[in-house]
Amino acid sequence: MTRQGIEGVRPGGPEDAVCGVVPARAARPRDVDGLAGLLAEAARNGWSVAVRGGGTALDWGGRPASADLLVDTGGLVRIDHDAGDLVVEVGAGTPVAELSAVLAKAGQRLSVDPVRAGGTVGGLLATGLSGPRRLLTGALRDLVIGMTVVRPDGVMARSGGRVVKNVAGYDLAKLHVGGYGTLGVIASAAFRLHPLPPALRLLELPLPSLAHAERRLTVLRASHAVPAAVELDWPVEGRSRLRVVLEGTPEGVDSRAAGLLESLAPGLPAEEVRVADRLPDDWGLLPAEGTLIRLSVPPAEAAAAAARAAELGGAVDTDVRTTGSARAGTLVTAVPPGASVAAVTVLLEGLRSHSGWTATVVRAEEHLHAAGIDLWGEVPGLAVMRAVKDAMDPGHRMAPGRFVTGAPHTPREE
Amino acid sequence: MPDTADPIPAAVAALVPRLREICGEDGVLTDASRRRVYDSDGITHHREVPGVVVLPTTAEQVAAVVGLCAETGVPFVPRGAGTGLSGGALPHPEGVLLTTSRMRRIVEVDPDNECAVVEPGVTNLDVSRAAAPYGYYYAPDPSSQQVCSVGGNVAENSGGAHCLKYGFTVNHVRGLDVVTPDGALVRLGGKASEAPGHDLIGAFIGSEGTLGVATRITVGLTRLPERTVTLLAAFTSMDAGGRAVGDIIAAGVLPSAIEMMDALAIEAAEAAVACDYPAGAAAVLIVELDGPAAEVEAELAEVTRLCAAAGSFETRTAADADERARIWKGRKSAFAAVGRISPSYIVQDGVVPRTALSEVLRRITELSEESGIRVANVFHAGDGNLHPLVLFDDAEPGAGERAEEVSGAILDLCVEHGGSITGEHGVGVDKACKMPRMYSPDDLATFDLFRRALDPEGIANPYKLLPTPRLCGERPGVRTGVHPLVESGRAEQF
Ligand SMILES: Cc1cc2nc3c(=O)[nH]c(=O)nc-3n(C[C@@H](O)[C@H](O)[C@H](O)COP(=O)(O)OP(=O)(O)OC[C@H]3O[C@@H](n4cnc5c(N)ncnc54)[C@H](O)[C@@H]3O)c2cc1C
Ligand SMILES: Cc1cc2nc3c(=O)[nH]c(=O)nc-3n(C[C@H](O)[C@H](O)[C@H](O)COP(=O)(O)OP(=O)(O)OC[C@H]3O[C@@H](n4cnc5c(N)ncnc54)[C@H](O)[C@@H]3O)c2cc1C
Repeated sequence: MTRQGIEGVRPGGPEDAVCGVVPARAARPRDVDGLAGLLAEAARNGWSVAVRGGGTALDWGGRPASADLLVDTGGLVRIDHDAGDLVVEVGAGTPVAELSAVLAKAGQRLSVDPVRAGGTVGGLLATGLSGPRRLLTGALRDLVIGMTVVRPDGVMARSGGRVVKNVAGYDLAKLHVGGYGTLGVIASAAFRLHPLPPALRLLELPLPSLAHAERRLTVLRASHAVPAAVELDWPVEGRSRLRVVLEGTPEGVDSRAAGLLESLAPGLPAEEVRVADRLPDDWGLLPAEGTLIRLSVPPAEAAAAAARAAELGGAVDTDVRTTGSARAGTLVTAVPPGASVAAVTVLLEGLRSHSGWTATVVRAEEHLHAAGIDLWGEVPGLAVMRAVKDAMDPGHRMAPGRFVTGAPHTPREE
Repeated sequence: MPDTADPIPAAVAALVPRLREICGEDGVLTDASRRRVYDSDGITHHREVPGVVVLPTTAEQVAAVVGLCAETGVPFVPRGAGTGLSGGALPHPEGVLLTTSRMRRIVEVDPDNECAVVEPGVTNLDVSRAAAPYGYYYAPDPSSQQVCSVGGNVAENSGGAHCLKYGFTVNHVRGLDVVTPDGALVRLGGKASEAPGHDLIGAFIGSEGTLGVATRITVGLTRLPERTVTLLAAFTSMDAGGRAVGDIIAAGVLPSAIEMMDALAIEAAEAAVACDYPAGAAAVLIVELDGPAAEVEAELAEVTRLCAAAGSFETRTAADADERARIWKGRKSAFAAVGRISPSYIVQDGVVPRTALSEVLRRITELSEESGIRVANVFHAGDGNLHPLVLFDDAEPGAGERAEEVSGAILDLCVEHGGSITGEHGVGVDKACKMPRMYSPDDLATFDLFRRALDPEGIANPYKLLPTPRLCGERPGVRTGVHPLVESGRAEQF
C-alpha cells in the first residue's frame, strides 16, 4: 500500500479545533496530488473529514459531528492569471487578499466584496456568501467558470474550464459554492474577472422610515443609473441608511450620481447626504462575533424584511442589525453576542413565517448549537440535495453535521 | 390506407391508455404521421420517430407522465420548440417525447421584483415582449428567440450576442420548478435569489433534459438601457480586427456585444442582403455598447479611438434602432447567406480564450488551405465563441468527409488552446462523443455520478450529454442549405 498520500499527517491538537471539536489528525497537502492521496487514504480508513482554509469561518454552519482528519489547504497556493482573457485560476488555499493584490496590479479584480482578512479562495467558495456589490457582475457563483474538486473517494474531477463561455457538461461547481465542503474538497477554481472601474461614487442617505426606504428603492428601480450596489443598513436603534455605489468612467459616475441624487432625495438638506469617491474600510464586512442570519426575500420586500428584523429584535430587546443588498433581496441580520436562545428563536420564527422568505443561520454561537436551534428552516429541494450527497459522498464522511444535508435534527422540507 | 411504418413499441403502447387519462385524448399523439413531425430538432440528420408524443398542459400532468415512465422504465425526452442544434431533443424510438408546447402561459410579470414567472413552453422573445411595457426585458437572447422556449433555454443554458455583458440563462433564473426523473415535482427558489442549501438551480441549468423537466421558471428581468449605440469598424486584416478586440477588453470597456466577420462571410452577406459594408474589408467588427447615456458616450469615444489605433480604415456609428439594424443586417444574415453560396455546410460551435483568437483563426486558414475546404468565420469575438462555417459540396465525392475532418480539427484546436467544444449549442447527441476530448474519464464519471443521483434508472433523455459507445462514430452536424427557421424568417442564425 502506498503511504505517499498520508505523508505529513500529524496528530490533531486544540489549535486545530473546529467549533470545539478537536480532530484526531491533521495534514497539509503540498499539492493537488497530495490532497487526492490524502482523501483516498481517508476513504480507505473511513475517516470523517473537515477542511480548513484560513479558519475565519470555521464556526459557520452546523457543529461537526466528528472530525477524524482535518485537511488544511494552506499548501494549495497558486495564482495563474491570464490577464488578457480576464480569467484567473487559483489554488484553493490562496489567501483572497493575495489574489486581490495580484489582480489589482493588472488593473483587474475578482468582483466580490472585500472579505475578512485571512480568508482563502476555497473558504470563500465553500461559504459562498455574496456581498452587496453583486448587482453588475453577479453573485460569487456567477463568477466561477471552472472548478477542480477532489471527491471524498480521492478522485480528482474538473468541471467547466477556463473560458467564459462553455456549456459542455454539468456545471458541478454550482453545487460546491456554498456547499461547506460537504461534497468534496475544492482544489482550485477558475474565475472570470472584471477590469477595475476607473471611478466610483458612493451615495449615502438616511432612511427615516420604512415608507421612505420603499419610496427610494422604487425610485432606484426606475432609474437608469445601473448601480453596482444598493445596500441597506438597518439597526434596531438609530438611523437606517441606504448606500448606493456607482462604478464606471469618471464622467459617467458624476453625471449618474447627480441624476440619482436629484430623484432620490429632492429637498433633502445637503448635510444629510454623503457622497464619497471610495468605499469605507468596513464595506461589506460582517461583525466578527455573534450570530449571523442570512435572509433571502423577494427584492421588493427587502426593506420590509430589514424593518421586520429590527422590530422582532426590538421586541426581544436584542440589538440586531440587518445589512445587505436590497436590490438582490439578500440580507444578513447580525445578532449580538450573548443573545438568548429565546430571542434568536423569536427572530427566526418571525422571519420564517413570511411566505417567500428564508432565514438561515450561517453562524451560531455555542449556546445556540447546544440548544439545538434549527439553523436551516424549510429547505426546498432537500430530498434532491440528499440524493446528490448520497451519490457523491456515500459514507457521509465530509463535514458531517455541518450542512443542511447532514444536519443532526432533520430540517423540514417544504 | 393505414400507416404501418413506425409502429408503436409494445412497452410504449401499454402506456398509452394511462397517458390519455393524464393528458387527455388530444394530448397524446400515437398516429405515425403525427409522431414523425417530431423526429428531429434543429439538426435534421439525426432522426428518430418517438414512440409516443405527449403534450401536457400542467406541471401535474408532466409529473404524472414522468412518474409513469419511472414506474415502467420507459425513457422520456423533454422537448421545447425543437430548435436545439445539438440533437438534445432527438426522440427515443422506444420512449415518450414530452413536449411543452401547450405550456405557454406567462403566469406573471412582477416589475416590483424585477422578474417574470413563466411556463416552460413560453418563447424567449415573449418574455421580453411582456416585460417591455414596464421598461424591462429578458437579457439572454439566443438568435432563435422568436421560437425557442424558455424551458429549452434553461436546459441548454442559452446565451446570445449580448451574453458577453449580460451572461447566460443561468445568471438570470431565480426560481425553477422541476419534475425529477422519479416523477416528483420539486420547487426550487422563487422570486428571492439564493435559496438555502446547494444551488440545485445552477446545476440543473444546462443539464440538457437529463435531470428532469422544468415546468415553471422565474426569470430576473433587466432594465432596458438608457442608451444603446452600435459601431462598425472595418479592417484590412483579421489580425488587426483581433487586436482591436483585445485592446477594447484590455481598456476595461465591457461592450454588450463584439461580433466579427471575415472576408468570406462578408462576401456572402453582401451577395445575399447587400449590407453595404466598407469595400475591401478583410474583417468587420460590430461593437455594441449600452447602459447609462453618460457611460456609453465615454466608452464610444474610447472604442472608436482603439479601433483606429488598431488600424481600422472606416468606422460607422449607429445611434437609432434603424441605423443599428442596418449595421447588424449583414452579421445576422451571414449564416443564411453562407447557406446560399455553398450547397452544404457544417456549423461548428467552439470556444477559445480571446487571446488565442488570432492564432486559432490563422490555423483555421491553414486547415482550409490544406484541405481545399472553405471556412467562413462569423463569431462572438468578445468571448471567443467561434462559429466557423465549413463549406462543401455534398455532390463532390469525399468532400463531406473532408469537411467533417476540418470541422473536427477546429474543435481540437479549441481544446488545445484551453477552450471548449461548445459555447452555446450544447452537447446533446451531436457532441457526446467529443466530451472525452475535453474531460478526463474521472471528470466524466463524476458527471455520471451526479446524473445518476437524480436518475438512477437512466430514463431521462438517455444517450445525451455523456459519451455512450452506441453513438460514437456517427456523423456530426452536416447541414444542407438554409435552416428552415431562418428561411421562414422566424429565427436568425448567429
Ligand atoms: C466577519 C466576516 C465578514 C465577512 N464578509 C464577507 C463579505 O463581505 N463578502 C464575502 O463574500 N464573504 C465574507 N465573509 C466570508 C468570507 O470571508 C469567509 O469567511 C472566508 O472567505 C472563509 O475563508 P477561510 O479560508 O477562512 O475559510 P475557513 O474558515 O477555513 O472555512 C470555512 C468553511 O469552508 C470550508 N472550506 C474551506 N476551504 C475549503 C475547500 N478548499 N474545499 C471545501 N471546503 C472548504 C470549511 O470546511 C468551512 O466549512 C465574511 C466572513 C466573516 C467572518
Ligand atoms: C437558427 C437558430 C439560431 C440559434 N441561435 C442560438 C443562440 O444564439 N444561442 C444559443 O444559445 N442557442 C441558439 N440556438 C439553439 C437553440 O435555439 C437553443 O439551444 C434553445 O435554447 C433551444 O430551445 P428549444 O425550446 O428549441 O429546445 P429543444 O430544441 O426543444 O430542446 C433542447 C434541449 O432542451 C431540453 N428541454 C427542452 N425543454 C425542456 C424542459 N422544459 N425541461 C428540461 N429540458 C428541456 C431537451 O430535452 C433538449 O435536450 C439556435 C438555434 C437555431 C435553429
